[in-house]
Amino acid sequence: MSQIIIKDAVKKYGNTTVISGLNLNIRNGELFTLLGPSGCGKTTLLRMIAGFNSIEGGDFYFNDTRINDKDPSKRNIGMVFQNYAIFPHMTVRENVAFGLKNRKLDKATIQRETDRFLAMMQIDQYADRLPENLSGGQQQRVALARALVIRPDVLLMDEPLSNLDAKLRLEMRQAIRNIQKEVGITTVYVTHDQEEAMSISDTIAVMKSGTIQHLGTPRDIYQRPSNLFVATFIGRTNILPGVIKGGTLIFPSGYTVDFPAWTSIPDQKVQVSVRPEEFMIGPAGGPGIPGTVVDSIYLGLNTHYIVDVGLEHKVELIQESEIDNRVVPGSHISLTVKREKINLFKEQGDVNLLRGEPV
Amino acid sequence: MKNNNRFRLDTWGIITLITLAIYLLFMVYPLGNLIKMAFYGDNGFTLDNFIKFFSKRYYSSTLINSFKVSLAATATSLLVGVPMAYFFAMYRIKGKGLLRILIIISSMSAPFVGAYAWILLLGRNGAITNFVEGLLGISVPDIYGFNGMLLVFTSQLFSLIFLYVAGALSKVDNSLLEASENMGCIGVRRFFKIVLPLITPTVLAGALLVFIRALSDFGTPMLMGEGYRTFPVILYTEFVGEVSQNKGFASAIAVVAILITTAVFFAQNFVSKRKSFSMNSLHPIEAKPLHGIMSVLIHLFCYVVVGIAMLPQIYVIYTSFKKTSGTIYVDGYSLDSYVNMFTRLGRSIQNTIIIPVIALMAVVLMAILIAYLSVRRRNILSSTVDVLSMVPYIIPGTVVGIALVTSFSRKPLAFTGTMFIMVVALIIRRLPYTIRSSVAILQQIPITIEEAALSLGSTKMKTFFKITVPMMSSGIVSGAILSWVTMISELSTAMILYTGRTQTLTVAIYTQIIRGNYGIAAAMASVLTIITIISLLIFNRFSKNGEITM
Repeated sequence: MSQIIIKDAVKKYGNTTVISGLNLNIRNGELFTLLGPSGCGKTTLLRMIAGFNSIEGGDFYFNDTRINDKDPSKRNIGMVFQNYAIFPHMTVRENVAFGLKNRKLDKATIQRETDRFLAMMQIDQYADRLPENLSGGQQQRVALARALVIRPDVLLMDEPLSNLDAKLRLEMRQAIRNIQKEVGITTVYVTHDQEEAMSISDTIAVMKSGTIQHLGTPRDIYQRPSNLFVATFIGRTNILPGVIKGGTLIFPSGYTVDFPAWTSIPDQKVQVSVRPEEFMIGPAGGPGIPGTVVDSIYLGLNTHYIVDVGLEHKVELIQESEIDNRVVPGSHISLTVKREKINLFKEQGDVNLLRGEPV
Repeated sequence: MKNNNRFRLDTWGIITLITLAIYLLFMVYPLGNLIKMAFYGDNGFTLDNFIKFFSKRYYSSTLINSFKVSLAATATSLLVGVPMAYFFAMYRIKGKGLLRILIIISSMSAPFVGAYAWILLLGRNGAITNFVEGLLGISVPDIYGFNGMLLVFTSQLFSLIFLYVAGALSKVDNSLLEASENMGCIGVRRFFKIVLPLITPTVLAGALLVFIRALSDFGTPMLMGEGYRTFPVILYTEFVGEVSQNKGFASAIAVVAILITTAVFFAQNFVSKRKSFSMNSLHPIEAKPLHGIMSVLIHLFCYVVVGIAMLPQIYVIYTSFKKTSGTIYVDGYSLDSYVNMFTRLGRSIQNTIIIPVIALMAVVLMAILIAYLSVRRRNILSSTVDVLSMVPYIIPGTVVGIALVTSFSRKPLAFTGTMFIMVVALIIRRLPYTIRSSVAILQQIPITIEEAALSLGSTKMKTFFKITVPMMSSGIVSGAILSWVTMISELSTAMILYTGRTQTLTVAIYTQIIRGNYGIAAAMASVLTIITIISLLIFNRFSKNGEITM
């Protein structure tokens, strides 16, 4: 078990710097997710921890041990790859036992530990099969058993679910979560799927262009995203222009909203992030932003509405479906917001005015 | 991998240095030596050798001759090989499996045996010539010179195009053809608009191989070229010539040969880089049944082509059982040729086994290591090894032989005349092919599998031998068998390098043909063919899809 400390990490490919001066502290036993769009540097960072990418600057520690110059084979990590990387010429049992054999353990221990993890991952009935006869989900379980059986200090997972179909993905997500808690191992998990990240993680680092945009719990990231990028990358949201004046938020339509937490915000132009579920529909002429319903999409539990509010982008909102559809396309309505939920960003979009911290 | 692009002196770094040293000693040094001899006479630097070559028609015409016959052979091989492969992919052809094996066998046979058989069939006193002239009274076109060489080259080398194109077509997705059909483009139009553009890089690669094989073939023009001299012939005669041996001049011819093949190689590379696509077919093309006149014509085409390709092999085996008296065939059949063969073989059967086996082991080991270096450990040094390893691909065997003989005839590196130098020659000549196929196999193996092993505490060498090599093994074995077959039928280098003690079967056959001992030559050639066929049958068992990488 280890905590992972990364200080001023730098990654360069030739003359292009991909990661410059990244700091990170991953707590012992937590499931830590690196989340971001493709090309954001998340896999690069994971492979630097694993030792498969060179480190051009900074220090990487597992607890007090600096690992920068350790061979991958000496770092005591378990790794699960996107394509599983099961050895095709070895049986399931040989795959799982491979790491233990490299550690020169005695035969009885190897047998016992292999059996234990085969059973834990529910693949003991396939122990003597070759991997090509296994389904994707079963291969993933072999990969996980193989990574965990060596009692690694940290477990690294690189998009482990992206090759599975939707149903299996949900099932494996739960399995990974359960095993991780059961073994209590520090885990770094890389994904581009924000829903997967939300559901599985203790802590998420949202990355973009080699920098960490937001580090926090899934709840924190969704509810109080640190900047506009995070707000739009995690979940869906509408961005509306607005002005804060004397603690009051004024929308271009003239609709004003007050909230006690806003009184300390200096007067300025802001960008307002309103998630689809943070709008409420009122009758036309009432208080709120006037708009015209352009389209409504019935999805069972919820109904999505696309509303033209006279701005560049139409806004999207979600309401719980009613038994009869009163808000048909063409309806004139006015929109109010759930003031405790919406977020206000500086005009440049880089600072969330509701977070007490500079980013 | 860590610090992938920088050279590090770890195990792989040391292996890089060793392979580099081997190439410097056994290839760069001999070729450099050859170039030096071409430019330096007794009185220092001189261009006399080149001036002599280009100013005398006797010499310079060989260049034009070689070009003409090689270009023509490339064109005819494409005209036969491409449609054949297309028919095989698109249609259900009866006996397809057998035809395929026969094509592979013909691709693997020594060209000069084909040349010799065609002389027996169509030569001045050939079986068909006599039959046709006796029966119909018309004279058969002359087999010697350009026509005969074109026939021999085409009937053998079309098979390379066929195998290349068949491999490429197996990667074309059927949905591309269906999409084309959907938009109203079918048949010949679809072939030219869709299929041909997709396989162009492969066609070009195959064409290059055919061109270089034809250009550097030594046995065929020696046997049937007669007045039509090509430059491997002039190179050989100038080098070993009994009358006037002129090593400097021979070297100059060799340099010209290298320049030409290099130019052709780069031209081909330039074109195919700009036209290459990466394809991965989920749904391979499905062969459709043929009907009516089309069925007859296509079957006729396929069977006639394969028949012509196989005819020399079969005829050689047939004549090996004919009774001979001295050097001429007489009526009746006997095993005398085989009995007599043993008195002339000397050590050639052993040599034909031992030399290729040793070379093969070295080739396989080096190819795996170099392929690994160039795929997984790309740095300046390993790229240098990669480039160097490809050089022999475009250098005629005769040139390799001359370079080695002239460079290793003095102490402390006096290898000339030893078995060692024959082994070295085979290694150098065969490595490019085996490296290419090993690279292709390695690129199919995701690097994460090796990383998984490393992360599980396996050392680099253990990962290589326990994980990488076993995953490559099926490809390596089938590649090795093909290498073996080409090694045992190699002639052009052996002709330069052999001595009485290191004579191989191909050299022995060639010698018997030259001496006119046709019966013995036929018996020996049959033995060679049988070894080839057995090897290929073993190959077919090992190879998953019968894919041939030359």
